[in-house]
Amino acid sequence: MIDVLYFAWVRERIGLPKEQVETKAATVADLVAELSAREERYALAFSDTSALRVALDQELAEFSAPLKGVREVAFFPPMTGG
Amino acid sequence: MTVRVQSEVFDTGAELTGFSADRRDVGAVVSFTGIVRDDSGDLERLEIEHYPAMTASAIEAMVAEATQRWKLQDALVIHRHGALAVGEVIMMVATAARHRKDAFEAAEYLMDYLKSRAPFWKKEVAKGGASWVAAKDDDEDALSRWS
Repeated sequence: MIDVLYFAWVRERIGLPKEQVETKAATVADLVAELSAREERYALAFSDTSALRVALDQELAEFSAPLKGVREVAFFPPMTGG
Repeated sequence: MTVRVQSEVFDTGAELTGFSADRRDVGAVVSFTGIVRDDSGDLERLEIEHYPAMTASAIEAMVAEATQRWKLQDALVIHRHGALAVGEVIMMVATAARHRKDAFEAAEYLMDYLKSRAPFWKKEVAKGGASWVAAKDDDEDALSRWS
């Protein structure tokens, strides 16, 4: 089981802030493909991953990064702090 | 070094006074304050979402990096989340050094990274509806000068 978190418009499009996902996905990109195949709202949120950022266990990562040992994955748009 | 992430309003003047009080090794303090502005004329509030488990640690890593790069005696970052009205303070950065160059550069570095790498997302709520603030290419480009 892996915790998957969504923030900002990703959260709004998918319709929930957090869920637990049972997955054997090897990489973030594989997880995105699995989620996108679930339902239209996921496919819509993940339609352009170049507009998204991902963090693995609270550290920014690439979509090609492996998920082995990861407990928390977060998807969100580019950050707008400051 | 102090990092605070909070929803409460804070007093930038009091923070700045306390920041450099009782120090004998600080010759320069630089501070930046970010404020909610209303470009469209009908902004009702700014809503700032963040990633609680990541926010403070991400900012602490930026502060640690700034401390490696410049000779800083101290650094302070306070960033708010939640609903903010026009004119309210969103965040502040302060850096203290012996000399101004270190303080200025470190403050700019921290601001550039806070903009694009701290997990905050701003939503503008106006009379006509709400929209997420898009990240600017300029903000991303600003990071390249530090690499």
